[in-house]
Amino acid sequence: MNVLLDHLDLFRDGFIGTVSLTAASAALALILGVLIAGFRVSPVPPLRAFGTAWVTLLRNTPLTLLFLVAFFVLPQVLFPGISSYVLGVLALGFYTSSFVCEAVRSGISTVPLGQAEAARSLGMTFVQTLRMVVLPQATRTVLPPLSSIMIALTKNSAIAGAFNNPELFSVQKVLSDKGYNVMVIFVWVALAYLVLVFLISGFFRLLERRMEVAR
Amino acid sequence: MSEVSVTKDAAPAAEDLVVLDNVNKHFGALHVLQDIDLKIARGEVVVVIGPSGSGKSTLCRTINRLETVDSGHISIDGKPLPQEGKPLAKLRADVGMVFQAFNLFAHKTVLENVMLGQTKVRRTEKQAAETKARALLDRVGVGNQADKYPAQLSGGQQQRVAIARALAMDPKVMLFDEPTSALDPEMINEVLEVMKQLADEGMTMVVVTHEMGFARSAANRVVFMSDGRIVEEATPDQFFNNPRSDRAKDFLAKILHH
Ligand SMILES: Nc1ncnc2c1ncn2[C@@H]1O[C@H](COP(=O)(O)OP(=O)(O)OP(=O)(O)O)[C@@H](O)[C@H]1O
Ligand SMILES: [Mg+2]
Repeated sequence: MNVLLDHLDLFRDGFIGTVSLTAASAALALILGVLIAGFRVSPVPPLRAFGTAWVTLLRNTPLTLLFLVAFFVLPQVLFPGISSYVLGVLALGFYTSSFVCEAVRSGISTVPLGQAEAARSLGMTFVQTLRMVVLPQATRTVLPPLSSIMIALTKNSAIAGAFNNPELFSVQKVLSDKGYNVMVIFVWVALAYLVLVFLISGFFRLLERRMEVAR
Repeated sequence: MSEVSVTKDAAPAAEDLVVLDNVNKHFGALHVLQDIDLKIARGEVVVVIGPSGSGKSTLCRTINRLETVDSGHISIDGKPLPQEGKPLAKLRADVGMVFQAFNLFAHKTVLENVMLGQTKVRRTEKQAAETKARALLDRVGVGNQADKYPAQLSGGQQQRVAIARALAMDPKVMLFDEPTSALDPEMINEVLEVMKQLADEGMTMVVVTHEMGFARSAANRVVFMSDGRIVEEATPDQFFNNPRSDRAKDFLAKILHH
């Protein structure tokens, strides 16, 4: 009990750190994931190839390796002096985008082909067809896997803690270095993650329910 | 100043709205369209019939490039079909298509289905688009279903909405690919009546159908396909009473006497 109360501000900062890392990477992953999914189903071969390469590369690289690249290679070649927060978000966002992309793509494939054909024969462009006809109908199938992906992202954000980002998991290290009982710290950290994960899955369940009603 | 005297002889005759010139298409080893030559005049109603697998749907779908062709030329209103992208989308807006499976947008109401192309492709004002959509829905007899979702309608009603959706674009030509084949028998006529009315109003139409009654009463010309070729072209009277080719005789014998 004491650990929590004595270091409430530390826990709070850790919690905020995790939420902020997760939220920013989630936004980046969603935008990139949907975009790359669009590339992967587009009629333009170079875009399709780019999408395939993106997913193959990012999905099959261990996240820790991506972090190493982001922190030790990226600043050297591209952006010197970039903050560890931005680097963490980039690594998490890029990595997660490959999973989002595949979830979206499998959602797209559940929409009957005739829907896109009808849109195209009305004169809608590829982007219009995807945005106004296909993606809205794919959303319902994409939500459950997306929920899992976001939960995984929340937990993956702990890796950013090892790379100079204050977040929940790094709280544990700070406190155990001070000699507190590791088990007790773990319980509180785990509880905080549990709260986040419940919030996320609750949010997605709400969205799913909304979509059912809207039909 | 020599460009003043450029002759227009090379351009297709103004009354030919759709021209297919020596079109060939393969699906792998299968030669689905073989040397197809077909000219469809403005205001003409052409019914395409033939046995299953003869390439009727493929022919229909090449006209708005839902299927690409391997060789040959297709033009609509004097303009060759563009390859891809915006120009193709623009041309497709002028070609209405009605599918066997209706393909109404499942996540949009009936009214929204008929408005979407107007507002997003033609950039029509929302209010004007809605007025037009409601008028078209009334015309095909489903005005009172405007706020329902497609799944809540019968097949016949859905297909009439699909026709309204295509008409909302003011198409130059309408393509119908077996529009009544997925319908229960009692709903076939309500759809055919709408199509007959369109034909009478002078719409240029290409209709793939097995409805011989419609072909007799509405078509200017019957095109008979078999194994990827146009085997016979004739007026409905000629074709049904006096088919020339053996394959057409065979086909008619099968569908008319069972
Ligand atoms: N996407 C495709 N890939 C491969 N083969 C195809 C494809 N679409 C059609 N085919 C084949 O091409 C041939 C012609 O098909 P098409 O759908 O044009 O025939 P159809 O005359 O419309 O027949 P039906 O009366 O059954 O609708 C058929 O043998 C069909 O199996
Ligand atoms: Mg067919």
